[in-house]
Amino acid sequence: MTTDTQAKNNQLEQSQIEQFLTFQLAGEAYGVDILKVQEIRGWEAVRIIPNTPAFIKGVLNLRGSVVPIVDLRERFSLAHSDYNQKTVVIVLCVKHRNSTFVMGIVADAVSDVLDIKLDEIKKAPNFGTKIDTRYMRGMHVYKKNMIMLLDVDKLLNPDELESLDNLE
Amino acid sequence: MSIDMSQFHQVFFEECFEGLEAMEAGLLNLDMGDIDSEVINTIFRGAHSIKGGSGTFGFSMVADFTHIMETLLDEMRDGRRKVTQTAINVLLGSVDCLREMLTSIQNEQAVEEAGVAKHKAALEQELNGSAKTEHSSAPAPITISPIAATDVDDLNKTEDFELNEPGWKIAFCPYLDLLKTGNDPVRMFRELAELGELTAFPNIQDIPSIYELDPEECNISWDLKVTGDIPAEEIKEIFNWVEGDCELDIQALVVKAAPVTKKAAPATPAIKETEADPVPATVASSISAPVEIEAAIAKGPVKAAQIEAEQAKNVVQAASSIRVDTAKIDALINMVGEVVITQSMLGLVGENFSMDKVDQLKKGLAQLERHTRDLQQSVMNVRMLPISFVFSRFPRLVHDISSKLGKKIELKLVGENTEIDKSVVELINDPLVHLIRNSLDHGIEMPAARLAAGKPETGIIELRAYHRGGHIVIEIIDDGHGLNRKKLIGKAIEKGLIEDNATLTDKQAFELIFMPGFSTAEKLTDISGRGVGMDVVRRNIEALGGNIEIASELGKGTTIAIHLPLTLAILDGQSVAVGDETYIVPLVSIIESINITERMLNKVAGKGETFRLRNQYIPIIRMHKIFNVQPRNTSKMTEGVIVVVEGQGVLCGLFVDDLLGQQQVVIKSLEANYRRVEGVSGATILGDGSVALILDVPGLVRFSSR
Repeated sequence: MTTDTQAKNNQLEQSQIEQFLTFQLAGEAYGVDILKVQEIRGWEAVRIIPNTPAFIKGVLNLRGSVVPIVDLRERFSLAHSDYNQKTVVIVLCVKHRNSTFVMGIVADAVSDVLDIKLDEIKKAPNFGTKIDTRYMRGMHVYKKNMIMLLDVDKLLNPDELESLDNLE
Repeated sequence: MSIDMSQFHQVFFEECFEGLEAMEAGLLNLDMGDIDSEVINTIFRGAHSIKGGSGTFGFSMVADFTHIMETLLDEMRDGRRKVTQTAINVLLGSVDCLREMLTSIQNEQAVEEAGVAKHKAALEQELNGSAKTEHSSAPAPITISPIAATDVDDLNKTEDFELNEPGWKIAFCPYLDLLKTGNDPVRMFRELAELGELTAFPNIQDIPSIYELDPEECNISWDLKVTGDIPAEEIKEIFNWVEGDCELDIQALVVKAAPVTKKAAPATPAIKETEADPVPATVASSISAPVEIEAAIAKGPVKAAQIEAEQAKNVVQAASSIRVDTAKIDALINMVGEVVITQSMLGLVGENFSMDKVDQLKKGLAQLERHTRDLQQSVMNVRMLPISFVFSRFPRLVHDISSKLGKKIELKLVGENTEIDKSVVELINDPLVHLIRNSLDHGIEMPAARLAAGKPETGIIELRAYHRGGHIVIEIIDDGHGLNRKKLIGKAIEKGLIEDNATLTDKQAFELIFMPGFSTAEKLTDISGRGVGMDVVRRNIEALGGNIEIASELGKGTTIAIHLPLTLAILDGQSVAVGDETYIVPLVSIIESINITERMLNKVAGKGETFRLRNQYIPIIRMHKIFNVQPRNTSKMTEGVIVVVEGQGVLCGLFVDDLLGQQQVVIKSLEANYRRVEGVSGATILGDGSVALILDVPGLVRFSSR
């Protein structure tokens, strides 16, 4: 009986916990919902797409499908750095209008997978971050470090990427 | 237990649209004088399936509407009603209306009720009108014969029934798999209950123990009693759908049915229906049946604009499932087997590899290559559909428009079984509709004019499809008055599209009709003549990687030929290098590739560069410039290669660093994960695993001219 109730309690707790994959970008920590992550791969050369905004680095062959790669540093207007052996591409599934898009983001390095209780996610303040709070799920403090949790669906929304393009 | 029905909606809609097409083809096929009951049956079955399906899915509006159509058709089928032209027109209108209703429901839009009500009223009027034959006053032929109450006595359970009121006793004993065929007894009982007072006696002795029970099997049988004055047809109709899935015994409880009984009872005391005719045969057979239309038929309901709008919608929806011939699947499985065998053979060779096995390895690899190619071919085949899917819509179009214009036109279909990729099928419809309308409206003359010109009164439009090389060719041939070269040139000069003294070959003159804003029609009709269209047709066809040609002889007729690639999934391409990038130019758009000399170059002040090729000045697009990449060569024209391409009838030279080679490439969509990019029609993956972009030549031409 006790194991039963324990399992139940565990389940209850688990239902309020989400796992996030955290990664480094220009010395700051960011996180994305791990269920959105399809795979993580090392940086490799991509094919440039003409006439696209600078943060679209190009496209990559991912087992037969052509996947665009977004450089988050350039997307967030952070200092540019050269790609090295630690540079990774996190391949994400973006939901948009009932269909799924696959896109990759370039990060300096992946760090960890964290279990985060949903009530420990704090609303992002409207200032003090380098990114627009629209693209954020919230903030989380882990070992005194701030982690910015990104909302992948909003950040990599194809319509949004296009309108940004038009602005340029 | 509730089942989520929405997962079946897609299939339901597809079947409905197929049914509608079959009905339409059938209606057009109906010959006034002599009624082919098989044709009426086909139409009836179409209506019946739609009614059944829509009832199940709760689209009661569609079900009600179809019910009236069905009643009308039923009477025609039984010969109780003459098939008149008005009836057919009303039914054709109803088919249109049904299609609209279904499209609206599919798109989750509100159904336009006013239109539905109008058609419904027309149907009802037809149904109650005077068109019934002389026999109509007599009671409908009785298919289920009521029997005298005394006979009922010796049937089991009769004791339970009261015999002194009219009604029916139904022994309904479904086979085990009734539920698996999608029938739900509860629904049927509900319908029965609407007809009269229903008492059901379930027989549950056949239900196995809980351990042996399969919840998907129907182990219950019923004895039903419905009381009330109900016609036999209505009872029978409810069970229509489960014919063949059950044992059914319908008997009347009527005591005072003597007069009717006398007539009908002697023949068969009761009809036991264990086996019914297998319901729909193949609908396809009626779709692809060659259809020749009598143009003399009175005015049909023409709704050109509506049809157009509908078709536009259809393209957007682009049904995402496909029906495949089992033979094709079998071939595929066979092929996969071969590949697996070759693979294991190669595995064996590789296990203890030594140099003396090289020959074996090479042989294995050659075999693998062949099998892979075959496999690719068979997979492609799965996507292939006969072009009759497109062609079958045209008899109706020709019928409607020709009767509206008062012309006599016969449509001939040739090569409807030519197969073409599904995606091409979906996209070729609109351009073809446009071209056929043009032929109907401008091509074929009025009957009087034809007779005066010494031609037969009835004009002929021929739609012909065939394979040539790796392409499919669709020709639209009419025997109308042809294109008038002088008139075309005059119009073009008037509109300022060409210069006054331009000399044009016949081909160039005919090409004028593809220019935007060009129309020689004296008066506008709602069918054609607005001068928007032919340019769109050409653009659509070029977007499919094809081209369009015109040949015409004044007074004899016009032939428009469309060349299309068999598939949109693979393309023959020329890879070119620009700096570190590799691009693919579709081979169909390449005219030639040349190295040019300084002498051929011209600079138009402030306008960019051109070069002269055989007395033609061709603008040059520097690829590295518009795609913003670092060129390998210095930007000296003479060191690179000019690829001369044609897009939308315009020649253009693409300046690239080098030609790399020709290859077949598999087209991957950029839009799947990103979006459209100007000047690029898609991407592909090269042998080394890297991505290359495929150039959209017409797009590039447009892009660079801005």
